[in-house]
Amino acid sequence: MKFGIVILPGSNCDHDAMHVTKDVLGAEAEFLWHKDTDLKGSDCVILPGGFAYGDYLRAGALAKFAPIMEPIRRHAAGGGLVLGICNGFQVLTEVGLLPGALMRNQHLRFLSRDVLLRTEETNTAFTSEMQKGQIMRVPIAHGEGNYFADDATLDDLERNRQVIFRYCDEEGRLTSEANPNGSARNIAGICNRERNVLGLMPHPERCSENILGNSDGLVLFKSIAASFATAR
Amino acid sequence: MQEPAVTPTLVQSHGINESEYKLIEQILGRAPNYTELGIFSVMWSEHCSYKSSRIHLKTFPTKGPIVVQGPGENAGVIDIGDGWVAAFKMESHNHPSYIEPYQGAATGVGGILRDIFTMGARPIACMDSLRFGELDAPRMKYLVDGVVRGIGGYGNCMGIPTVGGETSFHRGYNGNILVNAFALGVTRKEKIFKGTASGVGNPVIYVGSKTGRDGIHGATMASAEFDEASEEKRPTVQVGDPFTEKLLLEACLEIMDTDAVVGIQDMGAAGLTSSSFEMAGRAGTGIRMHLDRVPMRESGMTPYEIMLSESQERMLIVAKRGREEDVVRIFSKWDLNAAVIGEVTDDGFVRLFWHGDEIAKIPVEPISTEAPVYNRPMQRPAYADRIALKLERDRVADAEMTASLLRLVASPNLCSKHWIWEQYDTTVRTNTIAAPEDRDAAIVRVKGTGRALAMTSDVNPVYCYLDPYEGGKQAVAEAARNIAASGGRPAAITDCLNFGSPERPEIMWQFAECIRGISDACMALDTPVVSGNVSFYNETEGKAIYPTPTVGMVGILEDEHHGAPLAFTDEKLDIILLGATFDELGGSEWQQQNMPDALAAPPLVDLERERKLISLLLALHENHLLRSAHDLSNGGLAVALAECSMDGIGCHVDLKGHADDLDAIALLYSESQARAVVTSNSPDDVLQRAKDAGVPAIRIGHTGAGVFLIERNGVPLVRTTTPELSRIWRSSFSLLLGGDTIDDVIRGVGEEAPEVLAH
Repeated sequence: MKFGIVILPGSNCDHDAMHVTKDVLGAEAEFLWHKDTDLKGSDCVILPGGFAYGDYLRAGALAKFAPIMEPIRRHAAGGGLVLGICNGFQVLTEVGLLPGALMRNQHLRFLSRDVLLRTEETNTAFTSEMQKGQIMRVPIAHGEGNYFADDATLDDLERNRQVIFRYCDEEGRLTSEANPNGSARNIAGICNRERNVLGLMPHPERCSENILGNSDGLVLFKSIAASFATAR
Repeated sequence: MQEPAVTPTLVQSHGINESEYKLIEQILGRAPNYTELGIFSVMWSEHCSYKSSRIHLKTFPTKGPIVVQGPGENAGVIDIGDGWVAAFKMESHNHPSYIEPYQGAATGVGGILRDIFTMGARPIACMDSLRFGELDAPRMKYLVDGVVRGIGGYGNCMGIPTVGGETSFHRGYNGNILVNAFALGVTRKEKIFKGTASGVGNPVIYVGSKTGRDGIHGATMASAEFDEASEEKRPTVQVGDPFTEKLLLEACLEIMDTDAVVGIQDMGAAGLTSSSFEMAGRAGTGIRMHLDRVPMRESGMTPYEIMLSESQERMLIVAKRGREEDVVRIFSKWDLNAAVIGEVTDDGFVRLFWHGDEIAKIPVEPISTEAPVYNRPMQRPAYADRIALKLERDRVADAEMTASLLRLVASPNLCSKHWIWEQYDTTVRTNTIAAPEDRDAAIVRVKGTGRALAMTSDVNPVYCYLDPYEGGKQAVAEAARNIAASGGRPAAITDCLNFGSPERPEIMWQFAECIRGISDACMALDTPVVSGNVSFYNETEGKAIYPTPTVGMVGILEDEHHGAPLAFTDEKLDIILLGATFDELGGSEWQQQNMPDALAAPPLVDLERERKLISLLLALHENHLLRSAHDLSNGGLAVALAECSMDGIGCHVDLKGHADDLDAIALLYSESQARAVVTSNSPDDVLQRAKDAGVPAIRIGHTGAGVFLIERNGVPLVRTTTPELSRIWRSSFSLLLGGDTIDDVIRGVGEEAPEVLAH
């Protein structure tokens, strides 16, 4: 399988996504330039973290006009995998591939720290190798990660089991203290109804190696690779 | 175009004195015009010319086997092994940050990052050394908030982790805060670029943001004291755009990967003026520039404004002739301006043209070689005679010790600064092995090498005030200790020398003494000075800051797995105290909190002891004998033990046999140097190696979950718990920002800082 990592102007986790997929996971991976319209045969497109277009106007708001977005939309519509991390999640909501929006953190400050995530669903290509209820320690680093959607949309997400990760405490409880940014219902990551597009605010690529003191995130990338191994 | 006539009043308002003006006339062989006067004023400003500091800076040791590039370039460069090099530098942005904290701090980060990538190195880490006044001083909470947001706003967007630094508070900075930004980048040795304009006929290309009217005379502002009118200088503070700089970074590294670039330099202080003169100066050439071809943000700008603008995110490139198209192509790929504005000449002049007319002509060499150099008078200040050799104090009952420790742990200088560094992205680029407060120094791996780099910034301004020579030594010694305790071999330093007005003999004396101390320590510890920056005139209404020679040190971990955390990791490990304790409370945190007006000598720095301790720590790490290691610094032994206990594993120690002749205050809070506290599962091995190395060492107790007990001969001095210590240490800063007192923090009442701290 092959990962395609999108470089938007202002992407700054593009190298990190390349490192984890190519060097750590050992998969094939290639950069995709925002002005191009070719996904170069990517099976899984990653929209990495960063400040696309400087987050000017609104995080992710300008990225939806990038030429690369059209083939990404088609890729997603055809069932191809799309993973948005942090700014990539913000872009996916702006593009309309995922519902809801990411607002400024409730405390109005940028926040960079480890959080605990509870895996809510394992029936996606991104989480197939995880255990339901598994707790992972993963860093966040964002100023606009406060997930918002109206109640009807949130209920819809829950009913369709589209909430994939939630912020939790060490016992897996969904407390407000464990919620770092005020996200509705402690939501940290969601997928689309077809389950092939995932967006999450935390950075699994930053905790995928023992030398960094934490490899909890690697299972997400392993899941993606495994889903292709079983598909073949 | 009507330019102002050059009158004595105009000359004076440019900060140029009579003799300097005569020198200008001599160099030009005529009177300067308005644009030329502006150029001389910024080139000869203290900030750009180092006219008061130069003769002292020459005494720094700058050579060594690992030094690839010493002072004089945009950043220093050291060899880190296997063909890799690290470029690093620290720079001040004090004046702008006091006037407009967000933009001042943000553009400080932007400027230091450009210094790194202009060398061809990709920045991989930042640190910030911040000095604020007392938290309840006017505007101070607003300044803290603005500076922290500004640093985060720029570094986070650039995607470069801020992995370390330091923040302290003292009344000496109430009217003049310090923001010192450090950045480090890595590249291959053969990929280093320099700021040189060689090759007659080569095109001079302007790249990056358009030029606006912001920051005109920023360098001159940084070369004068503050007064009531400083608020009016707000327009001289530049406005940063980290998004554009991120594009500039990628475009520069991409063009550097071709062979089209001859030289490159960022436009920092004094903008197009300093970049063009310095590039031609290094190559011994000249430059001809057509200023009307400079991309401009607004119409009606004059040559004077274009030459003096400090608009951010701009670079000057000298390319190979015929490769202009490659430069333009790559910069337009990244949606940036690139304009050929001139060429390299062999006449030794910078000649400026405006719509075809020559409007300025200044010889390159004399503007630097004949620049004024001052050997300013020095005098030992009167207060130096009032400093006691030892801190005289009343006896303090043993029962008071727990309360005094809790108060220190809650103090703004010693409490956790996570409120600050959690606003910085610390993990982007996936290299961060030790983030802030994990170890004594930050550790960042260099991918693909198996190695890692350690970095720290240190200085104790109170020590430097009390004894600038010892203080200068101490800054280097502590930095080296921090690096070694974290697992790295101290390699080299950059410095950022922040002082008051050099025109005052007492300040000049402090400056010279600090430099002498830094030089001696760098020599003894084999850590040459490879880059640096001087910031004078840090005074407001005649009151100077404390002398603050910030040292940024880089160390090398041959194996990225070396080193240990500072916190105790496991129960039932033996705790060993390395080094000796003396009655040295002058300038200590305990003295500042309990006897703030006392004047007593700071700890003496014995460089031989430091060297031995550093070698021992490195040997212990290399043999994987340590489970934790933490150097003793601010707050002394008791605070160090508390810091080791913040993750829940505490300690039960009895100090019998260590410094038995000292009273409890000195035993617990003396800040004697060359000490560290370590834990090990092979304590006998550690003690034996310490003995062989000539480092005093004693087993003082063991670790334990939840417990924090310090005894002497079985008599408890400090008794508390790790949850209590940790609660106070972690919650204090936000509570103090919210307006609580230290007593409120300890009692557990009060409110955290609001979301936005108002002006």
